[in-house]
Amino acid sequence: MDILSLFVIIPVITVLAIILVKNPMQTRLISAIGMGIQLLLAAYLIYAYFAERNAGNMDEMLFMKDIIWYEALNIHYTVGVDGISVAMIALTSVVVFAGVFASWKVDFLPKEFFISLILLSSGVFGFFISLDIFTMFLFYEVAVIPMYLLIGIWGSGPKEYAAMKLTLMLMGGSALLMVGLLGIYTNSAPNGGPLTFNILEIAKVHIPIEAQRMFFPMTFVGFGILGALFPFHTWSPDGHASAPTAVSMLHAGVLMKLGGYGAFRVAIFLLPDAAHELSWIFIILTSISVVYGAFGAIVQKDLKYINAYSSVSHCGLVLFAVLMMNKTAMDGAILQMISHGLMTALFFALIGMIYGRTHTRLINEMGGLMKVMPFLGVAYVIAGLASLGLPGLSGFVAEMTIFVGSFQHVDTFHRVVTIVAVSSIVITAVYILRVVGALLFGPIKNDHFLQLEDAKWYEKISTVTLIMAIAAIGIAPLWLSNMIGDSLQPIIDKLTIMIP
Amino acid sequence: MNLESFLLMRHELVLTIITLIVLVAELSVNDDNKRKVISIATVLFGINMVIGFLPNMAGILFGKMYINTDLQWTMKNILNLGVFVVLLQSVAWLKETENKIKISEFYILIFSTLLGMQFMISSGSFLMLYLGLELATIPMAALAAYDRYRSNSAEAGVKLILSAAMSSAVLLLGISFIYGTTGSTYFDVVALKYTTAPLQTLAFILFFSGMAFKISLVPFHLWTADVYEGSPINVTSYLSVISKGASAFILVTVLFTVFNSIALIWKPLMYIIAVLTMTVGNLFAMRQQNMKRFLAFSSIAQAGFILLGIIGASNIGMTSVIYFVFVYIFSNLGAFGVVSVIYYKSRKENMDDYNGLYFTNPKLSLVMMLALFSLAGIPPVAGFFGKFFLFTAAAESGYYWLVFIAVLNATISLYYYLLVVKAMFINKNETPIAYIKTDWPAKVAILICVIGIFAVGFYSGIYQYITSISFGI
Repeated sequence: MDILSLFVIIPVITVLAIILVKNPMQTRLISAIGMGIQLLLAAYLIYAYFAERNAGNMDEMLFMKDIIWYEALNIHYTVGVDGISVAMIALTSVVVFAGVFASWKVDFLPKEFFISLILLSSGVFGFFISLDIFTMFLFYEVAVIPMYLLIGIWGSGPKEYAAMKLTLMLMGGSALLMVGLLGIYTNSAPNGGPLTFNILEIAKVHIPIEAQRMFFPMTFVGFGILGALFPFHTWSPDGHASAPTAVSMLHAGVLMKLGGYGAFRVAIFLLPDAAHELSWIFIILTSISVVYGAFGAIVQKDLKYINAYSSVSHCGLVLFAVLMMNKTAMDGAILQMISHGLMTALFFALIGMIYGRTHTRLINEMGGLMKVMPFLGVAYVIAGLASLGLPGLSGFVAEMTIFVGSFQHVDTFHRVVTIVAVSSIVITAVYILRVVGALLFGPIKNDHFLQLEDAKWYEKISTVTLIMAIAAIGIAPLWLSNMIGDSLQPIIDKLTIMIP
Repeated sequence: MNLESFLLMRHELVLTIITLIVLVAELSVNDDNKRKVISIATVLFGINMVIGFLPNMAGILFGKMYINTDLQWTMKNILNLGVFVVLLQSVAWLKETENKIKISEFYILIFSTLLGMQFMISSGSFLMLYLGLELATIPMAALAAYDRYRSNSAEAGVKLILSAAMSSAVLLLGISFIYGTTGSTYFDVVALKYTTAPLQTLAFILFFSGMAFKISLVPFHLWTADVYEGSPINVTSYLSVISKGASAFILVTVLFTVFNSIALIWKPLMYIIAVLTMTVGNLFAMRQQNMKRFLAFSSIAQAGFILLGIIGASNIGMTSVIYFVFVYIFSNLGAFGVVSVIYYKSRKENMDDYNGLYFTNPKLSLVMMLALFSLAGIPPVAGFFGKFFLFTAAAESGYYWLVFIAVLNATISLYYYLLVVKAMFINKNETPIAYIKTDWPAKVAILICVIGIFAVGFYSGIYQYITSISFGI
């Protein structure tokens, strides 16, 4: 049994164990233990990764495992990780672990809830370890479908509408994606020989430019829809607002990163010529995402909507950076994915906890919460500061790197869009500070808020896990950027060779 | 007839024998013990199925009229398995008092149609194909009219027989043109002489229309709505799964072996019909409230996907079609199985009645959800693999836009499949369907389907095997 497959197998075993037990408490415990093991395994993976690298193993992918699955179509189960995937796996395991504790008190059908949640996470893990675009696509869909039930059953507000909208838009995206991936597959052997789904194999060949032009937009938009690319982002605010806490955390924190990761690992890496040629269209769209998302967040009154729009903005920034196609910007993109993943998960967790107490998410009905629940209040401020990119926290490192990277392009177009995108930082500061001010400080508007309690132990575990991860990246970003930087090099090399 | 030819034709011969045994059994049991026929027939058919799975012997009989290769052997076994599931699902229904006097008829009719299909599958000449087709169709009309006191069941029977007669006429006209222009009805001879001459093209189109009727491809699908709704549930599932699967298989083999030389003509035709069938089937299914109609219409859309594999006209295409049919049988019979259990225990078959089903019948709901996900092509269940391979086959031949339209249609189909999931899991209901104790034959049937839905996808050996036998077609 290789270490990477364990990341898929442990969630499946956890699910099977949950099916067997009877009462909700056991369900929670098993979920927490399963995801705790997953978290430790991720920590071990980071350690093992550095050990391999220090031992001088400079392969592009480590811990590879290759099993032939459907021989006739050359479909393999191929897993392997580089620094980027390791970072994403670590992010996922932190968010899922925190998510389990954040949904400790789900009392309606708890068993089914945790089963769906953990199944979803197994899809995400599978996606990040896959090196075969068939299995990658399979896991992608496994990660999307439980979302329908999670939002539809345990959501709030217009949940059925939001769930259906989200599922259909994402599946529509995967329709585009499927055609794109099949296009890559059928062009994976332009000089004859067997077709392949293997990413590393495909990266070695040069796919004809006509095919690239056709399939790059499909693949990029397909993944982009999950990454909330404007104008396909509309599922995101509705979906997040209706989803239960842990699902918002996982969705904004991890699932939207599937889009960014896929756009980078498949669309740009495998179709570099078309990416160079057509990137301007998508750079414009992503700049719109960045600014539009930020403005959207300013005018919202519902905490979840604010955070959902801010996610559109931040995830737009990831795609924006990926499209810059130089090492610094891509480095920033990965950092941003991780930083935003943690920070937005923390946000959604806190919003869920606050909502569970105040029973409202409208900021104008709240105020002075810092006085009654200092723990949650402080955590909220930390998340906010990380979000607006304060130095010392993860957000700063990421955004700084992205903009330095994108400014390295000397032409007017790139400079202009960079300046436009940078403006989002200011707007972000506006809405974050506005929310923090209205929510936590000032007079207490509602008397019954005085009776509210601060965080329970399980909520503290959830919050502290996330805060520790955010601080770790902010204070010591070097180990992370080393890990990412080394792995980016071969990708950047391929992108530069392809430039005529 | 020596032992060798017995082994060659064992599917058909054993089936004929058990049909006769059921007939004798019907005569020898008295009216109070008619229900014994159910177990006799089911066990006999189970034996037939097992005999069918014994190692195959390939060969040709009756001067190339009858062909049996590994491919035909596999397809017949797949059908046998499907029919066995249908029989298990029908047990509870046949035990109802109103059916008491006509139990044996059900088995005799269903075995006859299966016999017809098996002859069709093995046919090496248009004559044999036509004989099989008629044998498969005419008893079907009697089956559709099985609940003869229900006016819409009787209506379904009449509609089926009339439209089948019409389509047979068209098909025969096509066959006679084929004979007239090539001088033969044998597949291998016709294949050599087939060109794009106008009369031969016309002959092909007539023949294809007849077949399209059987698979209910748009625009030959108009009979399906009423027939599917009027027929008893288990007959509907037989019609829309087994009968359709067999016809799809035959269409593929005939197109690939006989009409390969005029692929340039039938490919654009398939393209248009595939798009129409998927889209129209989906649009119809979206509006259905009756679960039986709902599944029936969604099965029209599924037939459109099969054409994607055909249009690939490659080894992968052939393999994917058979594989898809195999997966489709499990998924659709799983869904029909749940619908039939619920209908015969509670007499409810509307989507609204399913509201809150999960809270009273969690297992049935889960099976239903899995089956629907498989139909929609959602991983990790087998339907995903089936669809993906069909799309791969079409993409390898360069039909990217067709694939795109198909995947969009798959997304649309997901919408209405999710409506059922939503009804079962999300919607609230004051008076949900009470807990249903599933009878054990139906349980076994559903279990077979669930195992099939998972195993066929993850276990790649099945696809590999089909590839190996369909090579060279």
